[in-house]
Amino acid sequence: MQLTIQEVEHIAELAKLDLSDEEKEQYREQLSSILAYAAMLQNVDTGDIPPTASVLPERSVLREDVVQEPLSPETVLQNAPHQKEQQFKVPIVMENGQ
Amino acid sequence: MSNLSDLSVRQALKLLQNGDISSVEVTQSYLDRIQTVEPQIKAFITLTPELAIAQAKSADQLRKNNPLEDLPALLGLPIAVKDVLALQNVRCTCGSRILENFIPPYTATTVQRLLDAGVVILGKTNTDEFAMGSSTENSAYQTTHNPWNQAHVPGGSSGGSAAAVSAGMAPIALGSDTGGSVRQPASFCGITGLKPTYGRVSRFGLIAYGSSLDSVGIFSRSAKDLAVIFEQIAGRDPKDATSMDIPVPGIHLNSNTDLTGVRIGVPKEYFITGIQTDVEKNVRTAIQHFESLGAQIVEISLPHTEYALPVYYLIATAEASANLARFDGVRYGYSAEETSLWERFKHSRGRGFGSEVKRRIMLGTYALSAGYYDAYYGQAQKVRTLIKRDFEQAFEHVDAIATPVAPTTAFKIGEHTNDPLAMYLEDIFTLPTNLAGVPGLAFPVGFDHQGLPVGMQLMGPHFKEETLLKLVHAYQLSTQWHKSMPDL
Repeated sequence: MQLTIQEVEHIAELAKLDLSDEEKEQYREQLSSILAYAAMLQNVDTGDIPPTASVLPERSVLREDVVQEPLSPETVLQNAPHQKEQQFKVPIVMENGQ
Repeated sequence: MSNLSDLSVRQALKLLQNGDISSVEVTQSYLDRIQTVEPQIKAFITLTPELAIAQAKSADQLRKNNPLEDLPALLGLPIAVKDVLALQNVRCTCGSRILENFIPPYTATTVQRLLDAGVVILGKTNTDEFAMGSSTENSAYQTTHNPWNQAHVPGGSSGGSAAAVSAGMAPIALGSDTGGSVRQPASFCGITGLKPTYGRVSRFGLIAYGSSLDSVGIFSRSAKDLAVIFEQIAGRDPKDATSMDIPVPGIHLNSNTDLTGVRIGVPKEYFITGIQTDVEKNVRTAIQHFESLGAQIVEISLPHTEYALPVYYLIATAEASANLARFDGVRYGYSAEETSLWERFKHSRGRGFGSEVKRRIMLGTYALSAGYYDAYYGQAQKVRTLIKRDFEQAFEHVDAIATPVAPTTAFKIGEHTNDPLAMYLEDIFTLPTNLAGVPGLAFPVGFDHQGLPVGMQLMGPHFKEETLLKLVHAYQLSTQWHKSMPDL
C-alpha cells in the first residue's frame, strides 16, 4: 500500500490542511505504512457482522423544550479572531455577485 | 505537618474536617511542592495559584460558618485538571497552538461537579495535542518528564496529570482516556488511574477527540481515593446525551481482603512476544497475589485482540477528522491572515495544528473518503463488533480481566518520535477497553530493573467500576507498591 503525493494532496484538500512539500512526503510514507498495517483487517470475515458505531444501547434522548438563558453575544464572541457588529467576521464567500 | 502533599485524599479530608488544617494550608503546601519540583517535571501548562488560594479561602470560610453535615464532600481538597477539560475563564489549550488563547465561556460537567463538591483547582495539566499521543511529547508547549526518571516520558496523553500526582503536586487529577490516555500514564508514573465505562461520566466540556471512545478518567495514589472522586463525577448529565441514566452505587471499600468467589480472567493474547520481561514477571506475580487473596484465576481468550490497534486507529482518526473540522479560525482559535476564505481555513489549520494531529486528521479523512470508506472505516466498525463480543463472552465467565497496562515501562524521551507506528503499539493493551466501552483500572505492581514502575490493568463489565475498585483496594491493602514515591 503506497500512497502517491497526488493522493496525499487530495486528502489534504478534503481535510482543508495546508501542508508543506516536506510534510506531504513525510505523511505519504507514514500513512502508507500505517495503512499497510491496517490491511490486516481485510483478512477478517465480517460477512454478517453488523458495524458498531456506539457501544451504548440505541435510544432517543429527549428533554423538555424549555426556554433557558443563553450565553450573551459578548460571551459567545469573546474568542472570535475577527468580529464586527456582534457577528463572526469571515472573508467574502461568494465573489462577483454570485 | 511538613509533608501535607504526601497525604491520601481520605487523610486530607479527615484533617480538614477535624479542623486540624485549613484548606489554605493544604493548598499552599501543594503550591510550594509545585514550585519546588515543577521546573524539573513540567506537568502544568497553566497554573492557577490565585484562583486556588481564593477557592481555599472560600472553603475555609464555608467550613467556619456551617455545621459539618451541611458541607460538601470534598471541601477544600486541591486537584489538577487535564488541559482538555474546560474551566470557565481559564485558558484551555488542549496542548495545541491553535487554542493558545482560548478562554472557555463554560465549565466541563466533571469539573463543575467537583467544584460543587468543594475542590480547589491548582492548574491545567500538560497533554499531547488534542489528547493524541502516548508520551505527552506531542504537546505544543513542553515535554513532561517522568518523576521516576526524568530522561523518560510520563506516558500520555494525560502525562501532565499523571506526573503531577506521581510527583506529589496534586492528590487527584482529572484526565481523559480515548485509547489508554489515563491508564498508560498511570502505569508509567506508578499511580492508580481509572477509565470509567463509556457513558458513565459526562463529557460535556471535554474537547472531543474520538467521540465513540472518549471517557473522562481520574488519577490518584490508590483505588480508595479514586472511589471518592468517582462517586462525585459519575452519573447522568442532561448536557451529554451519551451519559447513561444508571444509578451510581455508593462505593464501600472495607478492610476485607478475602476475594473468595471472585473469578479473574487472564487472556493469553495479552502475554505476547515483544512484551518486556520485567512487565510480564511483575504482572504475573500480581496475578498470583490475587490468587493468594482467594480469587480464582482462569485462562481466557479474547481472540480478536490483535485487530484492536488498526480498528482503533481507523475509528479514532475518522472521528477526530470530523471533530476537528470545527477549528477553522472563525469562532475561536488561531486564525491565519490569508484573505480568501478557503486559504484562511487551510492555513489556520496547517499552522495551528501540530504534526501528529495533522497525521491523524489525514488518516481519518482517508478512511472516510469516497472509495475507501467500506474497506477501512466500515470494516473497522464491523471488527469492533467482534472485539466487543469477545468481552461480552468473557464476562459471562469472569468478574474481571487482568492484563499488563502496556508492553513496556516508560520509554525514553525521543525514542519513538520518528516512528508513529511504534508509538501506537504502546497502546495495544488499553485500546480494546475503549472499543468495547468497558471500564479499566491501572495500578502499580512493581518496578523494572531500571527502577521504573510497572502497571497492571483490570477490566470489568460495563458499569462495574465498583468491582474493579474493590479488587484493587484489596490488592493495595495487602501490598505496598502504591505507596512508593519517586525521589525528587
